[in-house]
Amino acid sequence: MTIDIALWLTQDAITNGAVYALLALALVLVYTVTRVIFVPQGEFISFAALSLATLQAGKVPGTVYLLMAGGALVALIDGVAAIRAAQPRRLIGIVILNIGLPAAVAGAASLAALRPDNLWLQMLVTLAIVTPFGPIIYRLAFQPLAGMSVLVLLIIAVAVHYLLTGLGLVFFGGEGLRSPPLSDFSLHVGVLNITAQSLWVIFSSIVLIFTLWLLFEHTLYGKALRATAINRVGARLVGISAAFAGSLSFTLAALIGAIAGILISPITTIYYDTGFIISLKGFVGAIIGGMVSYPVAAAGALLVGFLESFSSFWWSAFKESIVFTLIIPVLLWRSLTARHVDEEEE
Amino acid sequence: MSRHVAGLAALGLLVAAPFLLSEFHIALMNYIGLASIVTLGLVLLTGVGGLTSFGQAAFVGIGAYTSAVLTTSYGISPWLTLPAGLALIAVIALFLGSITMRLSGHFLPLGTIAWGIAIYFVFGNLEMLGKYSGIAEIPPLHLFDKPLSDGREVYYPIWLVAVSLLFAVRNLLDSRIGRAIRALKSRGTMAESVGVDTSRLKIIIFLLAALLAGTSGWLYAHFMRYVNPTPFNINSGIDYLFMAVIGGSSHVWGAVVGAGVLTLLKEWLKDILPKLIEHSGNYEIVVFGLLIVLLMHRTRDGLLPFLVRLLPAGEHPKPPAAAESLPERPRPANCERMLDVCQANKRFEALAAVRDLSFELDAGEILGLIGPNGAGKTTMFNLISGVLPADSGEIRFRGERIDRLPAREIARRGVARTFQHANILPGMTVLDNVALGAHLRGSGGVISASLRLDRADEARLLWEARMRIEQVGLAAHMFDLAGNLSLGSQRAVEIARAMCADPVLLLLDEPAAGLRHLEKQKLAALLRDLRGSGISILLVEHDMDFVMGLVDRVVVMNFGEKLSEGVPQQIQRDPMVIEAYLGGVNELVA
Repeated sequence: MTIDIALWLTQDAITNGAVYALLALALVLVYTVTRVIFVPQGEFISFAALSLATLQAGKVPGTVYLLMAGGALVALIDGVAAIRAAQPRRLIGIVILNIGLPAAVAGAASLAALRPDNLWLQMLVTLAIVTPFGPIIYRLAFQPLAGMSVLVLLIIAVAVHYLLTGLGLVFFGGEGLRSPPLSDFSLHVGVLNITAQSLWVIFSSIVLIFTLWLLFEHTLYGKALRATAINRVGARLVGISAAFAGSLSFTLAALIGAIAGILISPITTIYYDTGFIISLKGFVGAIIGGMVSYPVAAAGALLVGFLESFSSFWWSAFKESIVFTLIIPVLLWRSLTARHVDEEEE
Repeated sequence: MSRHVAGLAALGLLVAAPFLLSEFHIALMNYIGLASIVTLGLVLLTGVGGLTSFGQAAFVGIGAYTSAVLTTSYGISPWLTLPAGLALIAVIALFLGSITMRLSGHFLPLGTIAWGIAIYFVFGNLEMLGKYSGIAEIPPLHLFDKPLSDGREVYYPIWLVAVSLLFAVRNLLDSRIGRAIRALKSRGTMAESVGVDTSRLKIIIFLLAALLAGTSGWLYAHFMRYVNPTPFNINSGIDYLFMAVIGGSSHVWGAVVGAGVLTLLKEWLKDILPKLIEHSGNYEIVVFGLLIVLLMHRTRDGLLPFLVRLLPAGEHPKPPAAAESLPERPRPANCERMLDVCQANKRFEALAAVRDLSFELDAGEILGLIGPNGAGKTTMFNLISGVLPADSGEIRFRGERIDRLPAREIARRGVARTFQHANILPGMTVLDNVALGAHLRGSGGVISASLRLDRADEARLLWEARMRIEQVGLAAHMFDLAGNLSLGSQRAVEIARAMCADPVLLLLDEPAAGLRHLEKQKLAALLRDLRGSGISILLVEHDMDFVMGLVDRVVVMNFGEKLSEGVPQQIQRDPMVIEAYLGGVNELVA
């Protein structure tokens, strides 16, 4: 291996690692607030990348219709609940949020599809399409079962993953798509060709990671969110709504996933099921962080990026095996250092 | 139709199936049988033991590939490759188990997802395993020189293995070890306090689940006679978990229900969707995901408990019959020093919960440990019983240092305890809850329990449990679920469980809390009886009337320190104690 190749692999590692780090953070975020091991996280990446590419092609992506359908369903459920609770006034808010907002997004999407040259608008619309899936998924699939065991929540998460992957195939077909980079600018440092896109990826990741870390470790509100994961009833008694906290964490996770999808879609070809494997690598990073620590999870994700990049050079057939086997020494290390923790479920 | 009859009818249908079904449906039944074996492992591991694994398909794959390679490349008989595959799986499972089982809940599912993915790519890339195209022309199983090659011929072997294993696991769960396994999910601390080595037991059930999966893989290889990586990927691992959860993951027969429902559901979707929607291939997984979500929302415990509730219960079980009584520990001599706590300290970060606390307890004594809320009484209890390690100081039980021992080792030496919040298994009968206390007095292991060779041992344990239940006055509730009892009765269950361990020192954490006046009197009489039989008792209690009328001596704690010590009359007059109790002045003086 020459130094050129090593440098090039390092660049690749850092760019991919930054994306994995974003996902690791989203997974840690959702887990610490809701105890859901959020397997469908990767679907946000696929949905965002493919929606953007579809808008580029001048078409309105199927995710827009899914958003309207999901919103309508939430409106129906919440609406019925509001009427039963004899609070018809809440209906207005429910309709605006769950029917009005998706309709507005749909309008924006059809506008953006007509403007293939305006990449920023399309990216913004993509974020607006994908992010609301977070709270919708939470409301429909998880909120009714929020008090259940981690296992039941995990099973639901996997089922939702199936559901969304299948819909991804329906909307976008089996072919992979790629979208254009934000700019063609690239920086030549010696032999290295640093693209503006990879800088964007790294920059956005750092900003997001830092913001989340600030939010959860250093604000009262962030701590309140974490409290709901530990004790739902207790959090409620001190005035934290578990449903709101859950919904918020899912929204953030969807936003992070959508940003990650937009960032990587010019770098690699995205298929309807690509997100899953990417998010699993984020999982490996998250596990290194013990599912609770943001900085360690981000570092772990970076490690995954390096391992992947360098093993693809030396032993590419076993690239995936090596990345996922990394978990075993990590668990070994954790099990030797961690104090015995007994998780007692009621 | 009672539950018993329904079970027999199902078994009859299983035997008759090959005469009724088409070739295609028999193949489907074979798949269900194979999947049931894997799912059974998950019922044990996940449903009962509370440990989630997505990696079972990987174990199926190892079982299948081991046999495929050994039979095709080396010409070894399939009957010999089964133990070879299982041995390999055992090594891997023990390794994975030992590194993940000590960690808290979510590491195992995530670890097994990663391991399931990694192994799939190993299958797909190793030259020796035929890469992604796999290994073909695996020989069929031979029985008395007759090859079992078509679907009808392998039906009975598959289901014979499946049903035998189902019975074996059911037997295992209905035994001494089984009670301990059922305590793993939610009552680990309590299980340790009755002497169960929970880490070891978790590894054992992980190992058993892996071996079940490997057995299914071996059958699969010789039934399909062809293996490739696809059926062993992470999606299959997820499917097995779905089967366990949907079937009802806390009951062995749920494995068959789940495997059957999921296999048929997938087949049915393949069949029906093309008639409803064009390009149906895309919608299969969507509808599948949707149905799972709906099913989980509707039947949270799975289908089997839902179905069983529709059938009337069988006849009421009989109380355990008289059996040879268990050997009892020799009682200590009358003046022996039982417990000696010397300068014990325990801090929780900034809070000193126990500070330089020293006291002694002699044989045949009831010592009350009292103090206001937050005085550190329960922490002191946890130090003695080994739930928490002391930061410094010494705790000796009959002269031997126990402050560095795990809870189960302390239990082995004759210390039994109850918990401040009744720590029972709500879904288990009173009898089983109490029998759990006698864990260390039985010897039945996993294999003897599976084969029902443990019945004499089990009869002795249950007889002991019955006597203790009668002693605390719960005979009428022996077969009720412990979770359905009143709080007072649940405390009685705890005391009976502790007595089952044949202790010489009994630690009771607020046994009278939530009890009515009459119940308290009965409890006090029971404790006096126990003292009379040579058991020493350390009692943490809030209720002054109860404590003062019962104990021989009192130690008063406040802010982690010993405030006072002496006989009840002396303590009741101690101004410092009265001061510490403030609002309790009247109660104390009265």
